Amino acid sequence: MIAFILRRLAAGVVLVLVVTALTFFLVYAGGNDIAFRILGDGATPEAAAELAQRLGLDRPVPVQYWDWLTGAVSGDFGQSFFGPEQVGATLAIRIPVTLSLVAVSIVLTAVLGIVLGVSSARRGGTLDRATQVVSVVGFALPSYWIALVLVLTVALPFPRLFPATGYVAPDVSTTGWVLSIALPSIALTIGGVATIAQQVRGSMVDTLRLDYIRTLRSRGIPERAIVYRHALRNSAGPALTVLSLQFIGMLGGAIIIERVFALPGIGTLAATASLRGDIPVVMGVVAFAVFVVVVVNLLADITQGLLNPKVRVGS
Amino acid sequence: MTEPMVPISTVPTVERAGLWRRLIGRPVASISLAVLAIWVLLAVLSPWITPYSPDATSLDATNAAPNAVNWLGGDRSGRDILSRLIAGAGDALESTLIATAVAIAIGVTAGLVAGYYGRAIDSIASWVANILIALPGVIILIALYAAVGSSTRIAMVALGVLLAPNFFRLTRGLVIGVRNELYVDAARVSGLGDARIIGRHVLSAVRAPVIVQAAFAAGVAISLQAGLAFLGLSENNKASWGAMLQEGFANLYIAPLQIVWPGLALGIVVSALVLLGNALRDTLEGARPRPRRRGESGRLRRVIDPAEEGDDALLTLSGLSVAYPTRKGTTTVVDDVSLEVRRGEIVGLVGESGSGKTQTAFSVLGLLPEEAIVTSGVLTFRTRRPRSGTVRLLGRSVAYIPQEPMSNLDPTFTIGAQLMYGIRAATGRSRAQARREALALLERVGIPDPARTFASYPHQISGGMAQRVLIAGAVASDPELLIADEPTTALDVTVQAEILALLHGLQKERDMGVLLVTHNFGVVADLCDRVVVMRQGRVVETGTTIDVFQRPRAEYTKELLGAILDVDVVRERVDSEEGRVAAAESSAAGTKGAGSR
Amino acid sequence: MSVLDIHGLKVAYGHGRRRAEVVHGVTLSVAEGETLGLVGESGSGKTTIGRAVLGLVAPSEGTVRAAGHEVTAGMRTAARRALARDVQVVFQDPYTSLNPALTVADTLAEPLVAQGRGRAEARAAVAELLARVRLPADAGRRYPREFSGGQRQRVAIARALALRPKLIVCDEPVSALDLSTQAVILDLLIDIQQSTGVGYLFISHDLTVVRHISHRVAVMHRGAIVESGPTRRITEHPDHPYTRRLLLASPLPDPVAQAERRSEWERVRATTSTGTLLEF
Repeated sequence: MIAFILRRLAAGVVLVLVVTALTFFLVYAGGNDIAFRILGDGATPEAAAELAQRLGLDRPVPVQYWDWLTGAVSGDFGQSFFGPEQVGATLAIRIPVTLSLVAVSIVLTAVLGIVLGVSSARRGGTLDRATQVVSVVGFALPSYWIALVLVLTVALPFPRLFPATGYVAPDVSTTGWVLSIALPSIALTIGGVATIAQQVRGSMVDTLRLDYIRTLRSRGIPERAIVYRHALRNSAGPALTVLSLQFIGMLGGAIIIERVFALPGIGTLAATASLRGDIPVVMGVVAFAVFVVVVVNLLADITQGLLNPKVRVGS
Repeated sequence: MTEPMVPISTVPTVERAGLWRRLIGRPVASISLAVLAIWVLLAVLSPWITPYSPDATSLDATNAAPNAVNWLGGDRSGRDILSRLIAGAGDALESTLIATAVAIAIGVTAGLVAGYYGRAIDSIASWVANILIALPGVIILIALYAAVGSSTRIAMVALGVLLAPNFFRLTRGLVIGVRNELYVDAARVSGLGDARIIGRHVLSAVRAPVIVQAAFAAGVAISLQAGLAFLGLSENNKASWGAMLQEGFANLYIAPLQIVWPGLALGIVVSALVLLGNALRDTLEGARPRPRRRGESGRLRRVIDPAEEGDDALLTLSGLSVAYPTRKGTTTVVDDVSLEVRRGEIVGLVGESGSGKTQTAFSVLGLLPEEAIVTSGVLTFRTRRPRSGTVRLLGRSVAYIPQEPMSNLDPTFTIGAQLMYGIRAATGRSRAQARREALALLERVGIPDPARTFASYPHQISGGMAQRVLIAGAVASDPELLIADEPTTALDVTVQAEILALLHGLQKERDMGVLLVTHNFGVVADLCDRVVVMRQGRVVETGTTIDVFQRPRAEYTKELLGAILDVDVVRERVDSEEGRVAAAESSAAGTKGAGSR
Repeated sequence: MSVLDIHGLKVAYGHGRRRAEVVHGVTLSVAEGETLGLVGESGSGKTTIGRAVLGLVAPSEGTVRAAGHEVTAGMRTAARRALARDVQVVFQDPYTSLNPALTVADTLAEPLVAQGRGRAEARAAVAELLARVRLPADAGRRYPREFSGGQRQRVAIARALALRPKLIVCDEPVSALDLSTQAVILDLLIDIQQSTGVGYLFISHDLTVVRHISHRVAVMHRGAIVESGPTRRITEHPDHPYTRRLLLASPLPDPVAQAERRSEWERVRATTSTGTLLEF
C-alpha cells in the first residue's frame, strides 16, 4: 500500500512539472512579441526590447522556467505585467472564492448523486425514469448555460433573495455566503449530479446482478444490508473515478460561471489576464489548477486503493 | 462542464444491417437527427441564406425587439440577430468538426496501436493520455489564448488534442478486449497478418462505440468553444453563439431576450447531440438492465409445516412451472416439475443444458432472477425447527452452494468477515461466538490454516479453497436442506473428489437432505441416492440411482447414458494388425447414441 | 515421420521478480496420423504447450518443430503463413472462438483469404468443408449465434481443416459441450483423422475423453510430464502416483463400479502422507 501511495505521489509531482513546463514554454516562447503585446500597437522595437530586458523575457526559456519554478515552490509567482501586484497575493485572495464554490458543488454532487443513484437502482419505476431524463438534460447542457438560465429565471425576478452578482465571504456573513454561491453551485451541481447518479445507478444495477449477491441472499442476509453493505461498497470505485473527473470538469465550469455571477474568483482573473496578455498571472492560475487536480486525483486514487483489497494487501 | 464518458465495455454483437432501422425507430433518435440535419443545413448554406450580412450594422436595429425587419431583433451594435445566429451555426459546425476530427484521428489511431501492440507503446501512450485527461480544458485553452492569440481554429485543434484521450481509452479498451478473444488467436494461427486482423476483427468492434463517443465529444466541443467565446476569448467580431451569449449577457437588464436566442440554439444542438449519442448507445448495447421490483410473480407458493414423527419427508415440490418473457411472448423453461427430497438422502437433479434443472433449484431457493414468472407450483417444507412467527427458510433451514467459487465471494471483505456476518444473520450470535464458529467451520471443511484463511481476501485463495469456504458458509446455519448447484463443475477433478467426499461427510454428520444439480453422471453415481432426470423443462424419469443406471425406462435416459463415453473404449495404435482390429472395434463401438447433430 | 517435435521446452511469464516458469523442460513428439493426448489439471501447463506449438506464446528455452517448421513467437508474417498451412487449432470455447460479427462462410474462408486464395476458390472450399463436418450447405450464410455449441464446434473444426494441415492442436475441444454432443464430436474428429491422416495434439483434463481418442497419452502436473506411454497402459495401470490419483478421482458413471473406486481412493488417500499431498 505504501509503495502504491509513493508511486501515485511521484506521478503527481511529475504531472505538475510536465504541465507547468509545457505551458510555460508555450506562453513564454514569444519573447519580444510578448513585450510588443503589452505595449500595444504603437510600440517601437527599441521600447519592446527594453521592456523585454526589464522583465527578463530575453533570457533563454529554460532559465526563465527554472526561476519561475523555484519561486513558485516558495509561493512567489512573480509580478503582474500590468501592475505592482504580486501574482501570489492576488491568487491568495481569489482562490478561496473559487475553491469554496467548487468544494460545495462537488460535495452536493456526491451526496445527491449517490442518494439518487441508489434509490433509482433499488426502486426503479418512475423515480428511475425521472432520474434518467434529468440526467440526460443535465449532462448535455453546459453548466454555464444552466447558470444563465438560473439568472434569467431566478435571479432577475427575485433580486433580493438570490443576488445575481457578487460574493460574500463566509467569515463575513454565513447566510450571505450561502446565498451568494447558491445559484452558481446549483448550476455546477445539476450537470454533475446527473452523471454521478447515472453512474451509481448503472454500477449498482450491474453489481446487484452478480453471483455473490445471490449467494449472500441465500444466506438470509436482509436486502438492506446487501444493498448498503455489499453492493454500494463494490460500486464505490467506479463512482469515485467519475467523481474525480467531474471535479476537473467543474473547475473549468466554475471559471465560466464566475463571469456569469461576477464572483471574484480566479476565473474572472484568468480571463482578464489572458485577454491582456498578463502572462505571469495566467501561469499562476495554471499552476494552481494543476496542483489542485493532482491533489484531488491523489486523494481519489488513495481512497480507491484503500477500497480495493487487491491494492491494499497486494496479491 | 462535464467530460463525456461512454461506459461501453462489451464488444457489440448486434447485427449491422438492422442497426440503422432500429435507431430511426426510436423517436428520440429521429428527432435529434432531424434537428442536427437542420443545423448542418443552415450552417452549410449560411453564407447565402442570412437575411442580412452578420456584420452589417443599422442604427434602427440597435437593441430592437423582434419585428418585421429583424425577426429576432437587433443586438447592441445594431446587427441582425437572426443573421448572426445562422452565421453562428456555421461557426459552431466548423469548430466542432475540427475538434472532433482531430480527437478521433489522434485518439483512435493511438488507441488501436497501443491496444494491439501493448507493452512499451501502450505504457507511454497511456501515460500521456492520463496527463491530458487530468487537465481542466478551459484553463488550458485560456492559457493558449494568452500564448497565441485569438485563432478559433488553433483553439479547436488544441481542444481536439484534449478530447483525444477519451477516444484513446475507449479504443484501447475495446482493442484489448478483442485482442484476447479466441477468434483473434485463431486468425493469427490462420496466418492473417496484424494489419488484416486489425482491419477485419478489431475495427468492426470499434466503429460503433467511437461514433457514440464522437457525438458526445462534438457536444463538448461546441459547449467549450461557446464558453470561451462567452469569456471574450475568441476572434473579434466573428459571429458565434458564444460571442452572442456574451453580448446578450452584457445587455441582460436592457434587453433580456437577446441572450435567449443563442442560448436556445446552443441548448438545442448540444442536447440533440447528446441524446443521439445515448440513443445510439442504447441501440447498440440493447437496453441496459432495468431494476425491477421483486414481485410476487417470481415466488413460489410455500407451505411450511412442522415435521411429523417418523416421517422423513423434507421437501415436496409439486407442479412447478417457470417462464420468462421474450420479445414475442413467454418461453417456458420449467414445465410441471414435481420432485421430493427426504431427510438424509441425496437427490441428483440431472440434465443437459436447457433442461431447466438450475431453474428448478433456484425456484426452490426463491432466488430466480427478477424477470422470471412462476406460473404454478407449490412447495411444501417440513421443518424440525420450532415455529416462531414467520419461519424464514432461506439461510436457515435451506442453504445454497453455488457453482463458481471465485465469483460467489464478495471481493471487498475478508473470508472471516463474510462468514461471521452470515452466521450472525442466521443465528444472532455475538461477534466472539460467531468468530469461534467460523474458525471451527473452516477447519471442518478441511482448510489447512483456518486463521490465515479467515484473515485473507478472496483473491488470495485458490478455487478449491473458495469452494470449501462457500460450503462452510452454507452449513453454518445447520440447514435441514442443502441445495448444491453443480458444486464441482468449475473445479479440477482431483479437487472435485475431495469436495464430493466432504459433502458426503457433512451430509451424513448432520442428517441433511441434499438436492444436487449436475450434468455429470459420474458425480451422480458417486454421491446420489436417487436421481431425477430432466429434459427441456420436464421430468422424464425418477428412481434410485441403481435403478436409473441399470434399468433406465425413459428413452431419453437411455440415450443420455448411451452417449456417455464408454470407459471400455480405448484407442489403440493403428500400425499393427491387432491394433487395427481393435481400432475398428472401438470406432464402431464409439459411434452409438444420438444421430447427427 | 513426426509432425511435432518438442524438445526441452520451457515457458515463463512475467518479468523480474514476478517471473514464473509454467512449463519446465517438456519433451514430446507426435507421429503422422497419431493422436497424443496431453492430460492435466489447471496449472499443469498443458494449454501453454498448445499455445507454444501454435506460436502464440514464446518459449524461454527449448525448441518446437511442427511439420518441419521451427515455431517461435516472433515469427514474420511469411513464416507464419507457411506454418498455417501445416498447423491449425480447435479451441475449447465454441462461443468465443468464432467472431460473432462474421458469417460462418466468412470465418471458414479466413484461412484461405490469409493464404491469398481467390474468392471463387474460397467459396467452393467453404461448401466442401461444411459437407465434411456434416453441416447443411446454407449454414454459411448464418451467424454463429444461430447455432448450438456442438454445431459451432463443427464450424471451428471445419476452419481448422481448410488448409489441409498435418497437425491440429485440439485444446479441450469437447469440454464445453453437452454429454450427448461430446461423443459425436469426438467421433467426427476420429473420422477425419482416419481419412486425412492428420495428427492431433489433444489437450484435455478429462481422462475418459482422452482415452477415447488418443493413441498415446502424456500426463502433466505442475509444468512437467510425469508419465507417458500407450493409452491403455497409462489410463488403466499407471505407474506415477499423480496419474493414479487422477484416475481414482475421476468418477465412473456406474454406481457399483464407482463405489469401488471411491473406496480405493479413500484407501490411497489415507496412506499418503500429508507431505506429498499435492495441490488443494
